Amino acid sequence: MYVAVKGGERAIESAHAWLAEERRGDTDVAELNIPQIREQLKLAVDRVMAEGSLYDPDLAALAIKQSRGDLIEAIFLIRAYRTTLPRFGASDPVDTGAMACDRRISATFKDLPGGQVLGPTFDYTHRLLDFKLAADGEVPAAPTRESVPRDVPHVTEFLNQEGLIEEAPLDDTPPPDLTREPLEMPADRALRLQALTRADEGFTLGLAYSTQRGYARNHAFVGELRIGAVAVEMDIPELGFAIEIGEVTLTECETVNQFTGSKTEPPQFTRGYGLVFGQSERKAISMALVDRALRWEELGEDNVGAPAQDTEFVLYHADNIQATGFLEHIKLPHYVDFQSELELVRKLRREAGADQVQEAAE
Amino acid sequence: MTDYNFAYLDEQTKRMIRRAILKGLAIPGYQVPFASREMPMPYGWGTGGVQVSAAVLTPDDTFKVIDQGADDTTNAVSIRSFFERTAGVETTTATTEASVIQTRHRIPEEPLTEDQILVYQVPIPEPLRFLEPRESETRKMHSLEEYGLMHVKLYEDISRHGHIATSYAYPVKVEGRYVMDPSPIPKFDNPKLSDMAAIQLFGAGREQRIYALPPYTQVVSLDFEDHPFEASKADHLCGLCDATDSYLDEVIMDDQGGRMFVCSDTDYCEARRAAGHKGKDAA
Repeated sequence: MYVAVKGGERAIESAHAWLAEERRGDTDVAELNIPQIREQLKLAVDRVMAEGSLYDPDLAALAIKQSRGDLIEAIFLIRAYRTTLPRFGASDPVDTGAMACDRRISATFKDLPGGQVLGPTFDYTHRLLDFKLAADGEVPAAPTRESVPRDVPHVTEFLNQEGLIEEAPLDDTPPPDLTREPLEMPADRALRLQALTRADEGFTLGLAYSTQRGYARNHAFVGELRIGAVAVEMDIPELGFAIEIGEVTLTECETVNQFTGSKTEPPQFTRGYGLVFGQSERKAISMALVDRALRWEELGEDNVGAPAQDTEFVLYHADNIQATGFLEHIKLPHYVDFQSELELVRKLRREAGADQVQEAAE
Repeated sequence: MTDYNFAYLDEQTKRMIRRAILKGLAIPGYQVPFASREMPMPYGWGTGGVQVSAAVLTPDDTFKVIDQGADDTTNAVSIRSFFERTAGVETTTATTEASVIQTRHRIPEEPLTEDQILVYQVPIPEPLRFLEPRESETRKMHSLEEYGLMHVKLYEDISRHGHIATSYAYPVKVEGRYVMDPSPIPKFDNPKLSDMAAIQLFGAGREQRIYALPPYTQVVSLDFEDHPFEASKADHLCGLCDATDSYLDEVIMDDQGGRMFVCSDTDYCEARRAAGHKGKDAA
């Protein structure tokens, strides 16, 4: 007997209740709290803030807890929340040159003004599982020394003094806003960077890696990678000047790319740029490589047909919230479309079968 | 729920969407870009339809949601409860009682009236997308009315299969100008698009497009003189209500090949059964 597909409502409620129970897990194990996630899963929090386009470590930690550690789900929660927030205005551009750097390295110069600062990096750890951590996570305090405040100028500025790197002229045109206007082609660099900074880390990494393996190779050196806090300032019309409203941690990567010149541009070093919320080196470097690859047209390079050179391909597929939504929607019922396909395939088969029978008869 | 504005979206966003809708109604079949918002449901799950519904709903409206023709499929339930919570509007499953109907993949069997709005959820608004993946190219093709590629595709279908091998999301031409994707409705529903009394609005959230058909717009399914368009459905009666004229879903009954056919439009089927119609499989 045909059982009508009633009861969807009850099924959904029960599924949600079960999900809540599974999220909590075994109640004999202590529950995670938001400060624990914020402090001890900081890089996950950073990724959720970066791709969620909302700088709020507590909310990101909450989203991670609610999503059971599924970071794309957490990013989705943050994005959906973010759209409901009123917009008071835009900050002034942040000055990454004045960043209080936790980490600052250059791969192009052995030493440089401001120095090389390794900071809290996994880079030279041996990737050996630390079984001690399973029992006891307490660590002795890291050694410290008096910090000497000093300028940490951008590496690309040194090259600029010699005229060896392309100019990046100051441009005060207000950038387009991806979250307020539909993404339309052609996309200028400001819009591309905006899309890339919230793009999926894995997708951006894959594209960047493809350029290194020859799909639009652009010979990138990490001119500089810096991570640290910058002040966010905003002009308050009533005051007539800018005041500091907060601080955000950013990762900035500037690549210096070898360039032998094109029909329109002289031989010089060229730039790729990455800027991401939080400590997200992999993402910042990937972003810089992809940014550079997408600049082929303005630099008069050949389009070799590589995916990383294709603005439409990159920008329309880089957003993991769009991608995961559309991908997973195929779980929804498609009885109606499928039924119409069934009718069509049956009809075509009937006719094909009739032809074969006829051929056999002849 | 008082933390959110009526129908979830803030008034500025609704105004932006209403502008896109009005532009769409002024240029039937033209895809209007709009700044689609992230909604609390995933892209691909009706965010375009939800935003359009949110922009047109008023507190006095009665709202109906169908997915695959049914009111009780899980995503229809979810969208209906979203608007119950955020807009507090009355909801119904009866097509005739609804003033706004949001749909995925079907047009109700009951003819709609001038007092109704039909909102379609659209996954891929661009009818030329699978012939040309680039948005910059397809927009150019629409502006130049360059639809030869589509006709070539349909012709190739005929030369290869003897038929046009498109059974849903069958392309249409609106008022002799724009080729439009009617969303993945079965081609059985295509004739209903034309000359409809209700306003038809199409929302594609992820793709950031809105398009529209004002009442009584002429909509023609693409075809050839010697291969005319044919609306098709399973050649059966509804097993529950005996309807001959409704689109049918095929339901597998057992592992012996047993199957029955039932109306995909659950409200239509229920209304017929309430009126005393009985199919061969009805209990």
